[in-house]
Amino acid sequence: MLVLAIDTATPRVALALGDDGHVAGELQLATGTDRGRGVRRHAELLAPAIRSLCDQVGAEVVDISAVAVGIGPGMFTGLRVGVTTAKVLAQTLRVPVVPVPSLDLVAFPARFTSRLVVAILDARRREVFCASYRPVPGGVQRVSEYQVLPPAELVAELAGGGAELLLVGDGVSRYRDEFATLERAEVAGPAFDAPSAVALLEVAAGRLAREEFVNAADVLPMYLRQSDAEINWERV
Amino acid sequence: MRILGIETSCDETAAAVVEDGRAIHSSVVSSQIDLHARYGGVVPEIASRAHVELISDVIAEATIEAGVELRDLDAVAACHGPGLAGALLVGVSAAKAISLATGLPYVGVNHLEAHLYAAWLADPDLEPPLAVLIVSGGHTMVVIMEDHGRYRIAAETVDDAAGEAFDKVARFLGLGYPGGPAIDRLAPSGDATAIRFPRAMPGEAAFSFAGLKTAVVNHVRRNPDDSVADVAASFQEAVVDQLVDKLVAAADAADAPTLALGGGVAANTRLRARVAEVAAADGRGVFLPSHELCTDNGAMIAAAAWWQLRAHGPTPLDHGTDPNLRLV
Ligand SMILES: [Zn+2]
Repeated sequence: MLVLAIDTATPRVALALGDDGHVAGELQLATGTDRGRGVRRHAELLAPAIRSLCDQVGAEVVDISAVAVGIGPGMFTGLRVGVTTAKVLAQTLRVPVVPVPSLDLVAFPARFTSRLVVAILDARRREVFCASYRPVPGGVQRVSEYQVLPPAELVAELAGGGAELLLVGDGVSRYRDEFATLERAEVAGPAFDAPSAVALLEVAAGRLAREEFVNAADVLPMYLRQSDAEINWERV
Repeated sequence: MRILGIETSCDETAAAVVEDGRAIHSSVVSSQIDLHARYGGVVPEIASRAHVELISDVIAEATIEAGVELRDLDAVAACHGPGLAGALLVGVSAAKAISLATGLPYVGVNHLEAHLYAAWLADPDLEPPLAVLIVSGGHTMVVIMEDHGRYRIAAETVDDAAGEAFDKVARFLGLGYPGGPAIDRLAPSGDATAIRFPRAMPGEAAFSFAGLKTAVVNHVRRNPDDSVADVAASFQEAVVDQLVDKLVAAADAADAPTLALGGGVAANTRLRARVAEVAAADGRGVFLPSHELCTDNGAMIAAAAWWQLRAHGPTPLDHGTDPNLRLV
């Protein structure tokens, strides 16, 4: 069993190859933060990176027996590249595909804490994508909805909750000043900035064991935002 | 040599299997017109999302219809520009994923070049040089195709594309979206000589349609009782006149013996009739692709890829997309 894990919800391309409880290889590339450039970089980097990772661990792409993919929320352009690549790869290889929300993959590596883990990714336009998780044996359990909202609103919501917090994800450093006002909050730092492809391997292993597959054609990004045109249309 | 061609540059999700750049084994086009209709035009974000939803099924249908497995093909191609940034990513990512999984060479194809190669799909014996009018919602240009892979842009629009003008005028006249087919349907019942709308850029190797739209709006405001069919027919005549004049002028200047059409507006009945007419009058050959080959499709991508693969080989997998890709 060789599983390929792909997450492109942030300006990074995160890949891992492995099987049950074993990471054969991991690759993480920064696509740069410039938006115009970032749009294209995922599409340029992802396919060669998959081939390179397979080469490095001495595997062939045809040896892949399942594809796991982070579906966001995150950068729309990155998600389109990652989700399309994962579903068409799985479809062509005739292997299962396991979609996992990218916020779960930010929270999962931070599970060794007694605090409430809040995963926060930069959503641009002065907003963040976020969800809260309670650590449980072997993982995390989500205790909020997936949301997109201005950082100040999230701060107000969290301050009212009164729990001890651990903040993870690139949205925390992006809006450092807003989150600094939170009492009883610890910040995890840059090692926990992006969705982890190794976490994706671990989460996917459980779902594969339970045969929780999704039809490749039905795997879609989690956008959380409507397009501007739809928003404007509903306003009229 | 059988190639899978994928097209997702605008609002059609399409895939096709074509042999040797000429024989179509399958061609599947999933149009998103209904998704964009209420906005009166293509919304890039909605188009990009729809491509991600449709791409798997469209590719699967194209292979089933052609009776092949992906791994039995010889190459996989996708349009990598010009087009909508988020939309292009979907087709290119899909093609590269197939290339990774099968080892087939990947070919990134220029959308405009693909429109030129649509001609070979219906007439395999066609020989360059050709004067081709590419006219759609995104493009209006005359291309002189001197040989395979050798192109010159003889005339290009300085503002709107002709298809945009059709959409805007149809919306203003209350005829709905898409505007081209709506005006095409209504025009025959009107008098095309009723109103003399301006023919822009006379004598110049360039198109312009922004002023024409304004002229229609002004005319209707001043003459609210004019028949909508007369306005539509007269507007269409002004567009077609401009398109045909520039095509013929470019063909004359380049001494091109054959005229061809490509792009969604090339499905317009009046335009096809006029191009056939002027070609006959000048003793030129004329090539009018079917409606299915004029509008965006995967077959034209696969056809162009075959010629490109022979001339230049495959495209590296680290090659991305270019929304503003030029023909030359
Ligand atoms: Zn086109």
